Amino acid sequence: MIIAAALLGVIAVLLAWPVPLALARADWPARSPGVALVLWQAIALSGGLSMIGSLLLYGLVPFGSALGESVVALGGDVQAGSLPAGTSVAHVLALGAAILLGTHLLLNLLATFVRAERQRRHHHSLIALLSDPLHGRPGMRVIDHPAPVAYCLPGAGHSATVLSKGLLRLLDADQVRAVIAHEQAHLVQQHHLVLLAFKSWHSALPWFPIANRAENAVALLVEMLADDHARRVVDDYTLARAIALVGFALAGFAAPTNSEADATARAAASASFLEQGLAAAPEHPAHQVMPRVARLVNPAVPLGHAATVGALTVAAVLLTGPALILFAA
Amino acid sequence: MVCMANLGVLERLMMDVLWDSPAPLTANELKDLLVSPDVSASRAKPLATTTILTVLSRLEAKGFVTRDRDVRPHAYTAVMSRAAHTAGLMHEVLGQVPDRQATLVRFIGGVTPQEADTLRQLLGVAPADNE
Repeated sequence: MIIAAALLGVIAVLLAWPVPLALARADWPARSPGVALVLWQAIALSGGLSMIGSLLLYGLVPFGSALGESVVALGGDVQAGSLPAGTSVAHVLALGAAILLGTHLLLNLLATFVRAERQRRHHHSLIALLSDPLHGRPGMRVIDHPAPVAYCLPGAGHSATVLSKGLLRLLDADQVRAVIAHEQAHLVQQHHLVLLAFKSWHSALPWFPIANRAENAVALLVEMLADDHARRVVDDYTLARAIALVGFALAGFAAPTNSEADATARAAASASFLEQGLAAAPEHPAHQVMPRVARLVNPAVPLGHAATVGALTVAAVLLTGPALILFAA
Repeated sequence: MVCMANLGVLERLMMDVLWDSPAPLTANELKDLLVSPDVSASRAKPLATTTILTVLSRLEAKGFVTRDRDVRPHAYTAVMSRAAHTAGLMHEVLGQVPDRQATLVRFIGGVTPQEADTLRQLLGVAPADNE
């Protein structure tokens, strides 16, 4: 059991630092954001389980040689008020840490979801009072405000996509279709659940820099997934312009001039731009504009079949491996 | 018994009346304003006062309406103006309220000046001076 504890500890350290760092720095996620998103979730779940499992197994060593047996023994000893010979302070601390960490992560997750649900309900009731339905489109609302915003408000059975009048004035019909398709993808693919889970992870471990990176990386991947959905409705250039126009306007910039920009200047700019975009990647969620536009302007080929299968296999191993080690111990 | 969807519509209609009213309104005054044709042309028959009171207490529970209990019958006022509610909502949407971003998923945020430069070259989207 001590070997299993050590093994889980190594996995936990790898998944806490070098592995997520490598994934955050890789440039292939922009090509296949869905695959990368699965990997991020596998890393987070597996990392958490490995860390808790490692502490738990180490703490249970004096109580028995298998997980089930030692938990039963621990229960009996606690009731009897005695600890077996060979129980050190380190074992007790490890047990305590495992229980605290597990409880902390779960309670934080619960609190994050409850708080978000309450805020969403309040936001929904405001939207119901302040916005108007978009002619004939169920679930679409228009709010009378000059700032060009579009967002979706998820909620069981009553999700809404909200557009502002400022946005409808700023964008042409095709660009609006792109925005709507983007937001619908968020709702259909339930992106808010992933975002909330990673937000909870980050807020539970605020001193852990990887959690912040992971939250930002996931936020960007989710936007890219929604962009990919919008690309089925409009062409890449229309979507890129919609993103840029809204980004400008929200930054205090005013509306566009001509769409007949010089094509060669555009091509020349795009190479250096792509580098910038990818380099500027997911440090700040507010700076998601560049990487998103970069992959629309210079579309990259998605990961090949073999690489996709490989990455998903890694995710499956990450999810099952630590659990097997834990329960086989 | 009024169904939920209807309650939502009623809440909206009554908030519109309360927002437009310069003074607090009692349930009966609200009822009169609601049946006047310009407010609810689609509504065939006047609402029961109990329905009005139900909707008002829902709005009170949600924090949109406050009730003056010192007068009989109770008089109702909107807690905030429509504009103040919209401003608060947009504040939240634009990410200026900490810890509120998780509630909704936004299309895009603003860009930095450097990003704006590159985007302009790339897409021919130019920030015009609109002072």
